[in-house]
Amino acid sequence: MKALLELEHVSKRFVQPLDVAGKIARALGADVSDEVVHAVDDVSFGVNEGEVVGLVGESGCGKSTLGRMVAGILPPSAGAIRYRGQDRIGLQVQMIFQDPFASLNPRMRVEDIVGEAPVVHGLVKKEALGDYLDQLFARCGLDPSYKKRFPHQFSGGQRSRIGIARALAVKPEFLVCDEAVAALDVSIQAQILNLFMKLREELALTYLFISHDLGVVEHLSDRVVIMYLGRVIESASTQEIFERANHPYTQALLKQVPRLDTRKTQFKPIVGEIPSPLSPPTGCHFHPRCPHAMARCKEAAPPLKEVGSGHFSACHLNDR
Amino acid sequence: MAKAVDGVSFAVKPGEVLGLVGESGCGKTVTGFSILGLVDPPGRIVGGRILFEGTDLLGLKEEQLRHVRGARISMVFQDPMMTLNPVLRIDTQMIEAVRAHQNVDSRAALKIAREALERVGIPSPESRLRSYPHQFSGGMRQRVAIAIALLNKPQLIIADEPTTALDVTIQAQILYEAQKLCRESGTALIWITHDLSVVAGLADRICVMYAGRIVEQGSVDEVLDKPLHPYTQGLIGSVPSRNRRGSPLAQIPGMTPALLDLPPGCAFRSRCPRAAPRCVNETTLEPSGTNGRLVRCFYPLHP
Repeated sequence: MKALLELEHVSKRFVQPLDVAGKIARALGADVSDEVVHAVDDVSFGVNEGEVVGLVGESGCGKSTLGRMVAGILPPSAGAIRYRGQDRIGLQVQMIFQDPFASLNPRMRVEDIVGEAPVVHGLVKKEALGDYLDQLFARCGLDPSYKKRFPHQFSGGQRSRIGIARALAVKPEFLVCDEAVAALDVSIQAQILNLFMKLREELALTYLFISHDLGVVEHLSDRVVIMYLGRVIESASTQEIFERANHPYTQALLKQVPRLDTRKTQFKPIVGEIPSPLSPPTGCHFHPRCPHAMARCKEAAPPLKEVGSGHFSACHLNDR
Repeated sequence: MAKAVDGVSFAVKPGEVLGLVGESGCGKTVTGFSILGLVDPPGRIVGGRILFEGTDLLGLKEEQLRHVRGARISMVFQDPMMTLNPVLRIDTQMIEAVRAHQNVDSRAALKIAREALERVGIPSPESRLRSYPHQFSGGMRQRVAIAIALLNKPQLIIADEPTTALDVTIQAQILYEAQKLCRESGTALIWITHDLSVVAGLADRICVMYAGRIVEQGSVDEVLDKPLHPYTQGLIGSVPSRNRRGSPLAQIPGMTPALLDLPPGCAFRSRCPRAAPRCVNETTLEPSGTNGRLVRCFYPLHP
């Protein structure tokens, strides 16, 4: 299998330039500089054709920024994103957004929300649009007779389906799903996850599935990539991650996922909080919270190393 | 008229954690609000009793209720950004809450506030007291909200989706504090959530709500291992970790009916795989076996 999508040393920096007062202060010799957030810091991985890759991390770890770069919404500050070997990302990559309430224009009818892009891009003739939308709606589990309605007339689950239909309307091969089921109730979430799996089979889609919910990722993904504060710290096949997690952060994360089968547990949390990406810790970003931190972890960031077949982890403990 | 909550009965003992579980719009938040008399007009409580240590809270005057709220029963809300006043420092807000219920000077109140922050695991509480809410992260803010709920050593805390907006590692920290609190001080806790996995690890007993009614009640182990109501079974089946990886999830078809036009009889029957003609009749919450197990279904799963 060759990689459909490749990320090579991709970084994204957001810079907040100094305001006037700051510039004056600097001119007078004060030690101030532009505020830089390293949202994504030197990330490399690939996604093979037909694969579902789960991208996991807590808020502020850069997973959404990475998703937006893959979908071509944000340009990377450094590095390259290649789709089928090309630098340009086109219609083949589409994105499904988190909030089904905020990502649909409330003043447009659903048929226009879904049907606008395929007509503009010349995929469907205007006369044939009606039939095309009927098929698409049915495929996404929506009643085609609803297509004249506005978004507020739909429930959360149905709005998610509209978001999916909009992404599929331009016949993509690759979908970036950014927390696509996070806002939904459990029973509706199950329906949408089933829809994702059905579509994958019918249309041979490839997914980058971004989520903080390890249960969802475990169910859907073939491979999991874990991020912490802008860096990839571990990646492996789903089974490998859930059975033999290597990085202390992944291990802690897995232990803390509430599960139906763990009753009356003594919760033993990881201490501390995710540090601010404005001033990330030196060396390994996880060292202030890590139970195994050594002197070396403060000094040097550990590189991703292969610790098993297809299993990469960035931790100094693996050198011992 | 829509009945957001319809004939809900349950009891919580000191030191016990009761999980109130259901999906959006099932009436779990309104139930929590009702206990504290926080239902906004035009909503009102039209029947029933809310007994707290023997007194009916519904019979209390507004003035008397004020002495209960925040003192003997307190509440933690989902979004701490909405419940903390953004223009007041944390110490101002905490001292106010203490002095509303206890006859102490502000120095003593400040000490109580500092101790409360310490108990929920906020590092350097002395300096954090002088911060504003926006200077805290989401998890820290929720800890402050919990600390405020603890100030007057309440007998009961109602927590409405307090960890839903938080990351997994922060959620685990909050759950840890909640657990410690019930164990050490005997505070009773009503934990309102849509997430069965959270109550599995935290609660002693569970009430499952659907369309304003309790459909099943019992101990955590019994409800999760041997659900009686088809809706409970559907909820458990929808949790991804309960299914083999990659296989289709057991989904509940359809969606929750609107409370404004609930069908007669069992509200779940249009989505229920076990529905029969008899289900159009009015259902009641019937005991099943021992241990206070209750179920509202004509055809329970493990009879």
